[in-house]
Amino acid sequence: MTAMPDARPPAPIRTEALEALLTERGLVNADAINGLINRFVNDVGPMNGAKVVARAWTDPDYKERLLTDGTAAVGEFGFSGPQGEHIVVVENQEDMHNVVVCTLCSCYPWPLLGLPPDWYKDPAYRSRIVREPRTVLNEMGLALDDSVDITVWDSSAENRYFILPQRPAGTEELSEDELAALVTREAMVGVAQVGAPG
Amino acid sequence: MTDTTALLGELPADGPAAPPRSNGELVFAAPWEGRAFGLMLALTEQGVFTLSDFQAALINSIARWDELQRPVEEYHYYECWLAALETLVVEKTPVTNPEIDALTSHYLTRPAGHDHDHDHDHHH
Repeated sequence: MTAMPDARPPAPIRTEALEALLTERGLVNADAINGLINRFVNDVGPMNGAKVVARAWTDPDYKERLLTDGTAAVGEFGFSGPQGEHIVVVENQEDMHNVVVCTLCSCYPWPLLGLPPDWYKDPAYRSRIVREPRTVLNEMGLALDDSVDITVWDSSAENRYFILPQRPAGTEELSEDELAALVTREAMVGVAQVGAPG
Repeated sequence: MTDTTALLGELPADGPAAPPRSNGELVFAAPWEGRAFGLMLALTEQGVFTLSDFQAALINSIARWDELQRPVEEYHYYECWLAALETLVVEKTPVTNPEIDALTSHYLTRPAGHDHDHDHDHHH
């Protein structure tokens, strides 16, 4: 265990103590906690959001519903739950790229994307993507033409943003499932675009 | 179209400019992070506090980390998470800070290899 500057006991032990005391009071139980962990490790992830994107690409009516009321439209798939409220979907355009951050903590649409990756929670991403989005996106592998404007959306408890990426060219023949397989988590946060297949 | 996957191979794997990885990272880097996550959600499901309460506490705890600890220690998101959780537990349940401290100290004195003490006695 590495030395802690403020002499706080190691987090694993504190967590264990907290769980024991809450269990003793009958406020939590191990099975319920295991179930919640299991759900977020195994059952909820970016594949949910990818299905939403593929539907929006193939069904104009769905897309309109999605852009009008994100929470209701993703609810059509049964995607709901904690951090699934107030989902706002923004669509990338030829001349406008959108990217999402939570500057204050880690707000993120869990039912669509699962829990956020480390880079999303990192202080450097949280501060730099607002100040120098083009540079940060470049570092993350997304080189946008200077003619493309960038909008940075700051997620919070009031609005959790989700990006509808552009459908790549050459995918007209693909099925909804095949399209969903192309969509990455990074594209739905706006730090990547969706690549053409192959 | 940029081939993200190809570019990512040339960038640092961690640090401030760490690129996103589509796959491969664990949802929780250590088991305790999962427990701290599950405890928070279980308590919101019990109605002990709301997710909004927790988010507010987490924002405070991250801000405090930024002020106090950033210069001396690597950022650890789930340390902030745990601090927020402890704050709310003490505020909203009968569990007290001295109790948490006492049981933590007790666990720290366990013999090596004995990592689960079901008959804990924290009233000492």
